Amino acid sequence: MRYLPHSDTERADMLAAIGVGAIDDLFTGVPADKMLKGPVNLPRRKSELEVARILGSLAAKNVPASTVPFFVGAGAYKHHVPATVDHLIQRSEFLTSYTPYQPEIAQGTLQYLFEFQTQVATLTGMDVANASMYDGSTACGEAVLMAHRVTKRNKAILSGGLHPHYAEVVETLSYMANDRVMRLPADVKAAEDIIALIDNETSCVVVQTPDVFGNLRNLRAIADACHAKGALLIAVFTEAVSLGLVTPPGAMGADIVVGEGQSIGNALNFGGPYVGLFATKSQYVRQMPGRLCGETVDAEGRRGFVLTLSTREQHIRRDKATSNICTNSGLCSLAFTAHMTLLGSEGLARLARINHAHAVKLADMLANVKGVEVLNQSFFNEFTLKLGKPAASVVEALAAKKILAGVPVSRLLPGAGLDDLLILASTEVNTDEDRAILVAALKEVL
Amino acid sequence: MLNRQGRPSQAGESGMNSAKTFTGNRALEQVEPLLFEIGRLETTGVDLDEPQAFTPRLGGLERQDGIGLPGLSEPETMRHFVRLSQKNYAIDTGIFPLGSCTMKHNPRLNEAMARLPGFADIHPLQPQSTVQGALDLIAQLKEWLKELTGMPDVDMTPKAGAHGELSGMMAIKAAIIAKGEAATRTVVLVPESAHGTNPATAALIGFTVKPVPARENGLVHIDDVKALLGPDIAAIMLTNPNTCGLFEKDIVAIADAVHEAGAFFYCDGANFNAIVGKVRPGDLGVDAMHINLHKTFSTPHGGGGPGAGPVVLSARLAAFAPLPLLEKNGNGFALCESEKTAEARGAHPYGRITAFQGQMGMFVRAFSYMLSHGADGMRQASEDAVLNANYIRAGLRDLMSQPFGDKPCMHEALFDDQWLKETGVTTLDFAKAMIDEGFHPMTMYFPLVVHGAMLIEPTESESKASLDLFVAALRDLAMAAKAGDTERFTQAPRLAPRRRLDETLAARKPVLKWVPPVPLSEAAE
Repeated sequence: MRYLPHSDTERADMLAAIGVGAIDDLFTGVPADKMLKGPVNLPRRKSELEVARILGSLAAKNVPASTVPFFVGAGAYKHHVPATVDHLIQRSEFLTSYTPYQPEIAQGTLQYLFEFQTQVATLTGMDVANASMYDGSTACGEAVLMAHRVTKRNKAILSGGLHPHYAEVVETLSYMANDRVMRLPADVKAAEDIIALIDNETSCVVVQTPDVFGNLRNLRAIADACHAKGALLIAVFTEAVSLGLVTPPGAMGADIVVGEGQSIGNALNFGGPYVGLFATKSQYVRQMPGRLCGETVDAEGRRGFVLTLSTREQHIRRDKATSNICTNSGLCSLAFTAHMTLLGSEGLARLARINHAHAVKLADMLANVKGVEVLNQSFFNEFTLKLGKPAASVVEALAAKKILAGVPVSRLLPGAGLDDLLILASTEVNTDEDRAILVAALKEVL
Repeated sequence: MLNRQGRPSQAGESGMNSAKTFTGNRALEQVEPLLFEIGRLETTGVDLDEPQAFTPRLGGLERQDGIGLPGLSEPETMRHFVRLSQKNYAIDTGIFPLGSCTMKHNPRLNEAMARLPGFADIHPLQPQSTVQGALDLIAQLKEWLKELTGMPDVDMTPKAGAHGELSGMMAIKAAIIAKGEAATRTVVLVPESAHGTNPATAALIGFTVKPVPARENGLVHIDDVKALLGPDIAAIMLTNPNTCGLFEKDIVAIADAVHEAGAFFYCDGANFNAIVGKVRPGDLGVDAMHINLHKTFSTPHGGGGPGAGPVVLSARLAAFAPLPLLEKNGNGFALCESEKTAEARGAHPYGRITAFQGQMGMFVRAFSYMLSHGADGMRQASEDAVLNANYIRAGLRDLMSQPFGDKPCMHEALFDDQWLKETGVTTLDFAKAMIDEGFHPMTMYFPLVVHGAMLIEPTESESKASLDLFVAALRDLAMAAKAGDTERFTQAPRLAPRRRLDETLAARKPVLKWVPPVPLSEAAE
């Protein structure tokens, strides 16, 4: 077996050095009647070539985004990631290292985490960010738990514009932890009056912008209303590129900002691994979940970085910890930081403008198609269409024509009576030809 | 694993490291500033054309300020991060014997497979008819995990080990709620030797944690469990093999007693690498166990994630697995994403633990590992992992003390600090001296039940020559400690990119992001 260095002679020598006769003499702690007599009922080992053939044939049964006109968003986005990024995250020293528990020999990881935290805090307009979470949805769940700790209340209000998967994650956590949650009905046109619902028992209000239907939401009034009642505003985003063009939540009064960072540096990966972004105000840092990297000095006075404020964490606090989280999304945060470094403010702002321009162009083209209504007053790179027929069947019909046209709302909210709605995203990867193909095909299937 | 606060070593004579240079660089070791100190606000490393003029539709929410993030050109970016990488220790540079972390070789075939466009470039919400190969892979991986664990079902969605614990414990809570016992079954038993994630997970979803004492032999005793069992117990969370590197010999009796009391048995699968293909958790009475794909099945640790933590479930819990559910019908594979549809099929998902359907990138890598090893290779890997740990144990047992006596361990060897008594050297000092010898230290001060614990897990990836050098170096260090050469330890590391770092300062005055230096004009005021 190519990954196992020992020869049988070496194995025998090692057993002799240990002082036992056979390998199973080292398994004497296992109840003898539970030991398997031989290998389990699975195929035997395979060469690289054989494995590549098997996995290659499975991969070939899928339709990659880059091979078709592609307009799918709703929480994950197809962007171009520079080749440099994927090279860097495959550096052995990043790929095959552990959580930086021994900081003297992990300054590479620690320094990029410090850079990542700085980038995320700056981008969101917040004081401080952690070293990342599993993804946007779990970051959202953790943000609600954190708001409960800060306010010592346990009632969360979720906007109807919050991504339904995110809302379900919060609902599940709340149900299991015996917390209260009020989830508003789907709010396609950003018309809900969430402020009226905030009371003195509310711990937090969770609002997404751009929301799952693509609408941009002004958070200022909601933030003021939250603060008047002693509640926190949690702002959520799923499209990090939007922060290149849109007022960041921190500038609109958000107390906690969480989001999905996949758009910057990371591939679609069928849903994971992604990278959750989590930022807040300085005064709440000790209630924050997740890993934090901080600056310090070594014994010779040189700047260095360490994991810090770990007295919040499970390995010290056990059942009193702020969260059970044990890792971050290290390599995905490196991808984010490397891509963000390549972009810089200039590149990110321009990338965001291109995305917005493409979406505006597409929305205008689609608005002219008979039987199509664009529902959004405002949007970044994603918007919602009302079609004359079920969006799911339209999407299937377009998929048959090798066009991946978006996410039917019925996929996210089955049974909500929104079957004729379709969410479309348009990023920098779409060409004029892609848009023309989509519009022409849509006319055919409608 | 646990990084106990250490005393910073003294400045001063530090051997060859003290040579001064003009740049501060030392040959291959380059000083690398923060990117904010070398980047420029007007610089970008990507070529993008400004779009043609258009009317924005941002509803008046256009960003008013600059973003404030400096950029670097492509060559500068490459150099910045490559230089940073060179300040990291990694499996590919040497033995990484962190106990309970399973730092084994990460095959690059798996990286290549995960990057096939058919896996990496597909969207979680694109039509299911266009991702049949991906769903097929998940279904096959589930079958392999079921066969390896002897369990009837797998929840594939959790994003990491601790997330898997949470998902498994939620399934247990859902089952308890379904039985109408939520008000009474509120306590979870957790041994003192458990990973911190276990009690943190139980507490997160409202359980009260009650510790199970560890006996002098490092094992949980059936009598101690029985004494705690009652109508208030929801579950026991047991790690097996346990964090002392031992197989819990009473495990079947414990499972039986737990079930008899109407409770559930959660097994922490962090140490599964010791027993793959040798013994199956399903044969031991386990109800739920997460599998760290990033440990046992070699998906890269990546400096702290991303991982993946699928949870195998017993027949008692299978119906409560979270959404989405993967099913096969006449048209191929399909994801059941709605509670209503699931209920119609007799399932009672407890809810949803994450957006989308889990860590596909990790699934591809883990499946590539499994296909490569096969049933025979995985069994051999576990045997070699156990062999290697015992070989190290045998090589050090005359110099270092074993807390539970001289007997075989599973895939990790545990020592305590008895043997360092009166040397003036602590476990932390010893670990730091290992750094100077070119090794990553073992896990220190964990498990908590052992004083000054040193937990060594070499994994099956180390050759005999590598183990021989490691043992010889640790013997040399042990003899130096006993001979009173304390400087070699208290001053360590001398040769790493940094000496010991002041963690107290970092926690007392947290600096968690870069801030521009104060302009001179303001500083003068």
